[in-house]
Amino acid sequence: MSQLPLLSLLIWLPMLGGVLALFAHGDAHANKARWIAIITSVVCLSLCVPLWMHFDISTAAMQFTEHDAWIPQYGMVYSLGVDGIAMPMVVLSTFTTLVVVLASWQAIKVRVAQYMATFLIMQGMMVGVFCALDSVLFYIFWEAMLIPMYLCIGMWGMENRTYASIKFFIYTFFGSALMLVAILYLRIQSGSFSIMSFYNVPLSMPVQILIFFAFFLAFAVKVPMWPFHTWLPDAHTEAPAGGSVVLAALMLKMGVYGFFRFNLPIVPDASNALSWMMIVLSLIAIIYIAFVAIGQTDMKRLIAYSSIAHMGFATLACFIIYLVVNRLDNIQDAYMSLEGAMVQMISHAFSTGAMFFGVGILYERLHSRYIHDFGGVVNTMPVFAALFMLFAMSNVGLPGTSGFVGEFMIILSAFQASFWIAFLAATTMIFASVYTLWMYKRVFFGKITNPAVSEFKEIHGSEYAVLVILAVFVIGIGIYPLPLLNVFHASVGHLLTLSQVSKLGVVLS
Amino acid sequence: MNTLILLSLIICIAPMIAAIIIGLVSKRVGNTIAHSVTTVSVGIAFILACYLAKLVFIDNQVANANVYTWALSGAFQFSVGFLVDKLTALMMLTVTFVSLLVHVYSIGYMRGDAGYARFFSYISLFTFAMLMLVGANNFLQLFFGWEGVGLVSYLLIGFWYQRESANQGSLKAFIVNRIGDFGFILGIAGILSYFGSLDYATVFQAVPAVAANNTMLGLTQHWQVGVISLIAILLFIGAMGKSAQVPLHVWLPESMEGPTPISALIHAATMVTAGIYMVARLSPLYEYAPAALSFILVIGATGALFTGILAIVQNDIKRVVAYSTLSQLGYMVAALGVSGYSLGIFHLVTHACFKALLFLAAGSVIIAMHHEQDMRKMGGLWRYLPVTYICFLIGALSLSAIPPFAGFFSKDAIIDIIRNSQMPGSSYAYACVLAGSFVTAFYVFRAFFMTFHTDCRVDATVREHLHESPGVVYWPLIILAIPSVIIGGLLVNGLALQGDLLGSAITVLPTHSAALRLEDDYSGAWAMLAHAYLTPAFWLACFGIVVAWFCYMSQPHIPAWAAKRFSLLYRILVDKYGFDSFNDWFFVRGTRNLARFAYRIGDVKLVDDFMVNGSGRLISWLSSVTRRVQSGYLYHYALIMIVGLLLLMIWLAK
Repeated sequence: MSQLPLLSLLIWLPMLGGVLALFAHGDAHANKARWIAIITSVVCLSLCVPLWMHFDISTAAMQFTEHDAWIPQYGMVYSLGVDGIAMPMVVLSTFTTLVVVLASWQAIKVRVAQYMATFLIMQGMMVGVFCALDSVLFYIFWEAMLIPMYLCIGMWGMENRTYASIKFFIYTFFGSALMLVAILYLRIQSGSFSIMSFYNVPLSMPVQILIFFAFFLAFAVKVPMWPFHTWLPDAHTEAPAGGSVVLAALMLKMGVYGFFRFNLPIVPDASNALSWMMIVLSLIAIIYIAFVAIGQTDMKRLIAYSSIAHMGFATLACFIIYLVVNRLDNIQDAYMSLEGAMVQMISHAFSTGAMFFGVGILYERLHSRYIHDFGGVVNTMPVFAALFMLFAMSNVGLPGTSGFVGEFMIILSAFQASFWIAFLAATTMIFASVYTLWMYKRVFFGKITNPAVSEFKEIHGSEYAVLVILAVFVIGIGIYPLPLLNVFHASVGHLLTLSQVSKLGVVLS
Repeated sequence: MNTLILLSLIICIAPMIAAIIIGLVSKRVGNTIAHSVTTVSVGIAFILACYLAKLVFIDNQVANANVYTWALSGAFQFSVGFLVDKLTALMMLTVTFVSLLVHVYSIGYMRGDAGYARFFSYISLFTFAMLMLVGANNFLQLFFGWEGVGLVSYLLIGFWYQRESANQGSLKAFIVNRIGDFGFILGIAGILSYFGSLDYATVFQAVPAVAANNTMLGLTQHWQVGVISLIAILLFIGAMGKSAQVPLHVWLPESMEGPTPISALIHAATMVTAGIYMVARLSPLYEYAPAALSFILVIGATGALFTGILAIVQNDIKRVVAYSTLSQLGYMVAALGVSGYSLGIFHLVTHACFKALLFLAAGSVIIAMHHEQDMRKMGGLWRYLPVTYICFLIGALSLSAIPPFAGFFSKDAIIDIIRNSQMPGSSYAYACVLAGSFVTAFYVFRAFFMTFHTDCRVDATVREHLHESPGVVYWPLIILAIPSVIIGGLLVNGLALQGDLLGSAITVLPTHSAALRLEDDYSGAWAMLAHAYLTPAFWLACFGIVVAWFCYMSQPHIPAWAAKRFSLLYRILVDKYGFDSFNDWFFVRGTRNLARFAYRIGDVKLVDDFMVNGSGRLISWLSSVTRRVQSGYLYHYALIMIVGLLLLMIWLAK
């Protein structure tokens, strides 16, 4: 295949595009900025085609790797690569940005250039997070990513945006400070900044626990896990629709990705010992947060809480593997759990992303996010209502939609771990339908009570295109998830092996 | 691909394609195209289902094959595939037959409705989901169909989305069904966990071994339960939701907010019988779960009697039929509880015919009455609606189990095997189903008399336009009336007496089958008819009709008097035993309050205000303190240095 440094291109091309777009500032050049953005994202997405096609699903090794000298004095290497866990996330990031650009074609009318630039730059950084094999590189992308999101909320947000953006920034920044300490410690132990080299470092239990918590804070804030979650509803409600989509579809996934990349393989014994804590926190997210979601009056806040509950499934799946393997003594049975977590993340990106778009579309028409301001939207926007119903059903986990696949696999795995974990996790079957469909009923069904709703125009153009594309993915993954699962398989197997090999035995050698 | 598999694939896909086409272009096509495309596709499905039935029943073919692999994860494989045996063929035939008639009927019933095309798209989609459910060869696809029919049911109950009551009803139906599905998915998880596969064939083969090992699952340290019983009960909880068994029955009466053809197709003939089908299909599993069977028996029998009683106080014609459906589902479930799987399916088939007939006849009345459903405003309609009148009468006689109508054969056989059963709980169940025969006859003839006889209480304006419904409406009635009369006698040998029509699709352990042998005088359909007068159920049913005649025709003041005389009982019945009030108070309000509490106290106060902003406040407080420390006064620094030195010395000296 071609020797193009695909991953580097996927990181730096959008950043370049972003900088270019900035030159087209001023409302007179709005269209120029839009075109730059869309061309950049289309090019990036087309670069994902060879990435997907040439990806070898039979190996867990890193692929498309690039190693270049970076800061040799400190042993930092510009090293990139993707495996079956990272590659889909890279494609997802690229895809989501294109969708955001498309969706904001009509919606954003002020500071278009800056808006497009923000998202393009953010895309580059997020791809960087998923590709980085050097821990410092990872850390830099991880932190740098916060800046465009901070700006996005702060500049295009709603009335309470300052509070939300600062809360978002402090929260996530604070979370990752300790991660740097852990990275430095691991560098001293392993003699390299390469993440892969961390996998072989023997560590005693107390050290593992400390490192676990250092990473845990960073990732738990991002996921977000209870009780580190309160930044998310604020950030979501204040962010513009595009910001919410990126937040939900991609940023939250980085937390789980972090657990995959760092906690499970680097500190397997601590992960095993603390799995009960992670399971409890995940179950709290699934049940308690679902209740909180039922009580919401603001659509965006409701979907934000629903996101937390859904991500609870992904974190649950990460840590029940220890119970499954301990009980059945068979690593084969634990595949379903981690693969379920991967599908859950990707599916959540499509369905929740689409729901945030949907709310954005409604917001644009009424300038309200409150459920009680709507009612009877189906009368004026039947096509939109039908599409939104599909995404709501995916959120509810209806078979045939992508939302079902992950939930189904995780609940089935949870039963293998323990009946009661499955029992508690499966309550989502009830609660998710309560908060999602109750909201749907109040917003879409009924007679029109607010005269403004009768003026609503049906979705058209880019709004329509974006929702249809997302709908195709939601149904496609729901009906035939096998190709997606095949991509994960080898890497998940490798991760499972790493997560089960104790690092205690070889300590003090 | 095997012919049977290919056939069932086409049978399933045809309605789906029609549903998608009409769903996508519903705005742009006329009503004629909408109903032609969907009706023809279901017609094709029906014809192919007939052919399939011929291959299966006459040529004795069986097939089990996967169509594609849905997912592959570690040791587990999930597929989409079909198991075509006699049970599947019979169900496909029933589903496509009723669905086709309902399609035709809807052409008349839905005429002029704004959502005409959408309606046809939905019912075709429903047919697809239901066929996937009955055709599945594994639990995953079963669950797909299971949830698919639930979705369409939700959409159709809320079809008239401008009505608040319809929206309430659809939401309630979905959530209550989801409570059942909560058990169902846990049951499926248990299957995978203990059998390592979701394919019926693999699971059924492994059941005896797991049962012999007496595998236990520890729910707590001291509480061990048998795995098979646990799984069987969990799966049955799903059936309780879908087949509306007490206490998850509360959604079915409210499903009547949907258009009447839907009530006939989904909420009487097919979808609600999915639970019965599921238990029958899983008979190899349920046979090894005697505790679950007793549970099923008691739940079913309770529903059979007590929901039937509720029908007596309803004044809405559709609700009477809806409560009757609850009661009849109870009969089917009770039959399953004594291992009478083929009897459960037998009653399912006869019920599908006569209940669809009753609903469609009620719908015909409703059209004629300009969408008035209150029987107190009807009366004397036989004069205006002769065809509907006859059809309703046939349905009512069949429902009341009067020989020789279809319902007689299936219901009488069920009552008889429950009498013979030694299952724990069977005496209670027998009392319930026997008393139910009286109740059934009483409520359905009460509705019959109130609607078609007695004085005409119809509005003068409506009365001027009263006339028989158009042909697309009454022809389906006539076509349904035929099996409502004859199908019982035709199938009784295969499904009740010899019980071999379904062949290997049903497994009954020898210890259980002893009780299934009916009395010697049941040596054939004719003999059964000839001996009908010997059964108490027959006399109770006749008595029910007579009492209904007496109370509503002969002495019409009795009902009002009885309502006053037994006002407490009457109020309990009108209040539906308080299920709805309790659910509203406990679950709906409880959930809302808990949600508000979780958000306001848990999230806003505790986590956000106390912990998050609290740490923010703590930091600013700390910084103000430390700022004070850096006062700039030299003696402050000196003091701190001395204190620090002292502490250090103390620590070192230790």
